[in-house]
Amino acid sequence: MELGPHAVYIWLAYGVVAVTLAALIGWLVADGRRQRRLIEDIEARGSGGPRGRR
Amino acid sequence: MLAMQSLTQRLANPSNFMALSARLLPWCSVVAAALIAIGLYLAFFGSPPDYQQGQTVKIMYIHVPAAWLSMLVYALIALSSFGLLVFRHPLADVCAKAAAPLGATFTFLALATGSFWGKPMWGTFWVWDPRLTSVLILFFLYLGLIALRSSIEDETLASKLTAVLSLVGIAILPVIKFSVEWNSLHQPASVMRLGAPTIHASLLWPLLVMALGMTVLFVALQLKAMRNEILRRRVKALRRIAATSAADLSQQPAE
Repeated sequence: MELGPHAVYIWLAYGVVAVTLAALIGWLVADGRRQRRLIEDIEARGSGGPRGRR
Repeated sequence: MLAMQSLTQRLANPSNFMALSARLLPWCSVVAAALIAIGLYLAFFGSPPDYQQGQTVKIMYIHVPAAWLSMLVYALIALSSFGLLVFRHPLADVCAKAAAPLGATFTFLALATGSFWGKPMWGTFWVWDPRLTSVLILFFLYLGLIALRSSIEDETLASKLTAVLSLVGIAILPVIKFSVEWNSLHQPASVMRLGAPTIHASLLWPLLVMALGMTVLFVALQLKAMRNEILRRRVKALRRIAATSAADLSQQPAE
């Protein structure tokens, strides 16, 4: 695939989108896992009240 | 209308939302990945170079969806803010809070990809053009919403103030939309305009597939972010219950 004399700008644009979206997805997944771990910790200590549906 | 009202009422219960979103999230993720993969294939192998811009038109397939989403997400935040202030819908604030970082990300991507497109086409990464400047203001508005919310400890007050700011800030959307007509370097609308799109079908189809894919990706990200926010609020509630229980126990007289 020949992208011409401005190929570097095309790859830079796609690169920044790929890296940023990957970071965003990673952050959301890690945040979800962290919140679940916190809930499990509190409930394991037995002071968290009734377990809600998740 | 009644069906819509019934759905929003059922979703007012976070447990219902968690159950529904758990079912939707994998489907949205798979559909988004498939659409983006097809869109990228069409963009790189199924569409010709533009007669004026050459291969740099490939940047359009990520720049335009990011720019559309930057405005769509802000409209969603404003709508949620309205839902919070007028109807006090329990999920409205969750929706607005979850969407802000996503909107900021898509706006950043629109600015960054536009910059990489601008350098070979205009000879510069940045120019204080009405379209670029108004999108930059939108980016700062997103950052302002995030900063305002995190700077106020009282969550109820923070959500109300953030909702008011987001409703005031909606004035930026028509400014962005019409800014291309104000002596702008930026090309005018070629897809979403009165009359038929001016873009050739061979370039339009990959763009539409990418836009749909990125929109479904946003839906998946928004569902995940809202689920995280509901869990975060549950952690806070559980901590409050734990603190109250501990205080009650310490006040009981020793036998």
